[in-house]
Amino acid sequence: MKISFFVTCLADVFYPGVAKDAVEVLERLGCEVEFPQAQTCCGQPAYNSGYHKETKNIARHMIETFAGAEYVVTPSGSCAAMLHDYVKLFEDEPEWLEKARVLAAKTYEFTQFIVEVLRVEDVGAAFRANATYHRSCHMTRLLGVKEAPMKLLEHVEGLRVTPLPNAHDCCGFGGTFSVKMVPISEQMVDEKIRHIEETDAEVLIGADCGCLMNIGGRINRKGKPIKVMHIAQVLNHSKREGGGSYADENRE
Amino acid sequence: MSGQPITFFGRVEKALGDEQLRKAVPFTQDRLRAGRFQAADELGNIEEWRDLAAQIRAHTLENLDSYLEQLALNVEKNGGYVHFASTAADAVNHVLRIAQEKNARSVVKSKSMVSEEIHLNKHLEAQGLRVIESDLGEYIIQLAKETPSHLIAPAIHKTRAQVAELFSEVAGRALSDETEVLCQFAREELRREFLEADIGISGCNFAVAESGSIVLISNEGNARLTTTLPKVHIAIMGMERLVPTWSELDIVVSMLTRSATGQKISVYMTVMSGPRRRGDIDGPEEFHLIVLDNGRSDILGTAYQEVLKCIRCGACLNVCPVYRHIGGHAYGGVYSGPIGAVLTPLFEGYEEWKELPYSSSLCGACTEVCPVKIPLHDLLIEHRKDEVEQGHVSWQEKFAFKVFGYLTSHPSLYDKAVRTGHVATGWLAKEGVIEKGPGLLAGWTSIRDLPRPAKQSFREWWKQEKEGRGRDN
Repeated sequence: MKISFFVTCLADVFYPGVAKDAVEVLERLGCEVEFPQAQTCCGQPAYNSGYHKETKNIARHMIETFAGAEYVVTPSGSCAAMLHDYVKLFEDEPEWLEKARVLAAKTYEFTQFIVEVLRVEDVGAAFRANATYHRSCHMTRLLGVKEAPMKLLEHVEGLRVTPLPNAHDCCGFGGTFSVKMVPISEQMVDEKIRHIEETDAEVLIGADCGCLMNIGGRINRKGKPIKVMHIAQVLNHSKREGGGSYADENRE
Repeated sequence: MSGQPITFFGRVEKALGDEQLRKAVPFTQDRLRAGRFQAADELGNIEEWRDLAAQIRAHTLENLDSYLEQLALNVEKNGGYVHFASTAADAVNHVLRIAQEKNARSVVKSKSMVSEEIHLNKHLEAQGLRVIESDLGEYIIQLAKETPSHLIAPAIHKTRAQVAELFSEVAGRALSDETEVLCQFAREELRREFLEADIGISGCNFAVAESGSIVLISNEGNARLTTTLPKVHIAIMGMERLVPTWSELDIVVSMLTRSATGQKISVYMTVMSGPRRRGDIDGPEEFHLIVLDNGRSDILGTAYQEVLKCIRCGACLNVCPVYRHIGGHAYGGVYSGPIGAVLTPLFEGYEEWKELPYSSSLCGACTEVCPVKIPLHDLLIEHRKDEVEQGHVSWQEKFAFKVFGYLTSHPSLYDKAVRTGHVATGWLAKEGVIEKGPGLLAGWTSIRDLPRPAKQSFREWWKQEKEGRGRDN
């Protein structure tokens, strides 16, 4: 199966290790992965901030960049949801609306693609750790992907995942929300970390670099001994030896 | 609002520093939220119910003029009076005029957010009328000289101990903070007020156009006393709060109680179709219905029309992670939470309320539970769009997004920007982490670390590894 990988700006710049792991997992599952070099960002920061004229330019560029793709796969539920949202953006432009619909129909989040399209739940990963999972709002609510990551994690050898209390609450990232509403965002991320601590997990797993950058950044600042990992890193943990591979360590 | 700071961030700071609020709000929020989700599970097909309720509300709004006309005709046929109020002031004046005609001295109210919207109590008291709130939560905040901080749980921000303190002051003796003791005290106090009041004022959860009926949903029985004991009953409703027939009422009431508290049906559901008739053993001698516009008709036909589907269940507040921490008063308007963040700028403009559309992480929890499928977080984005277009954002932000938009639609420039990320942040980073960033980054790094952009971006790695590998093969 041929897929076009959309890396997302955060993974590209801050967490290339996450993206490499995602690519390696997909390749191991038999996918032929290509990376259209012209890709940029999904445009969500501009869209959510109300800059819709700018977002349309970005969206047109992304639609054209991925026009030839059979499948678009991205290691972020939030960015995948944004590509789906181009449909809303072009409601009044029939020509682009059609193209937006085509892109939306072939765009999948990484775990969603593995479970729903490749129909694989056991990717052959092994990772010995006590972990908990942050479910990410856009992934679950906007994209509607709730089960896929859990199914994949259930099959990781040696991994114990304790349910996260108040899992439904946002971590306080929210894109520009995290810099515009700092005092509120701070309370949200601190409550999230309190719940993570209640699980006694050594590792927090998530499927969105935005949420992980927020929670991880706060954990770092507070000097808490919790590792933060993207699910792609966990799923690509078969060849490596035990222990965690903290997202930040994995960036070189 | 009494005692609240003027600015949004001032109010947020006050709320975050209020230890009682920080305990009380999440506690009740968790309970209400759990109730809603359990009720949804029990229904089994909640999405179909939401679809149906949303269709009913949308249909009603599309035909609002004819249903309002039908409602008014039927209320009058039942012997009631109907008054249309285009502004808050008009609505207040209708009430004041009726009070004057009846030589009224005291008013007892059951819970009504619309009466909060028109700041009715303040105006009535200014005319020398005694006003008593009879809903327990409303009674509490009236004693505390505050305003409701939640659509259905007005005193959600208060702990039992704080309520005991307020009631003890009225009682002139120390009351314990046991729920039974406090309720008993309120019951005794309020019973006297019901018997003495000249006018009862209620809101209206739904009006039924086909029969000219007013429906009140409550759990305390106070709405029934308010609407039957005083000689005059005035109901105030937002002009959108009606359903065509009893069949639709069934659906929207089912969704209201389940979404609000998780109840299949509230303890009381009171239906009034006009004043007391010959042979009736109770009921008011006179019934007035005030239908309030106050900016609603301006929303019809705009991108925000769907907000008028709202049935004020409060479910969006009960799931909102922002509301959870800051409570209702920080929003500053009459309506709080996600629905308030959408409504208040529509009613009162951006000038004073420009932060509200940003007081959301756009997590979508509100949109997910809304029983009438208002796309609340999308409407918040719509507000942001309007704020940008109308110039309510800083030039720095505008400039930043111009640059962002340009870079992200010009791949070769974007490529360069990504590649230089690591080097460009060298002066900021220490051991791979940025602890203090300039400009927009400062907001981020004030409470969190920011990883330094990686030495080699993914795109560089790909070019090197994959394309190299491609040549080797």
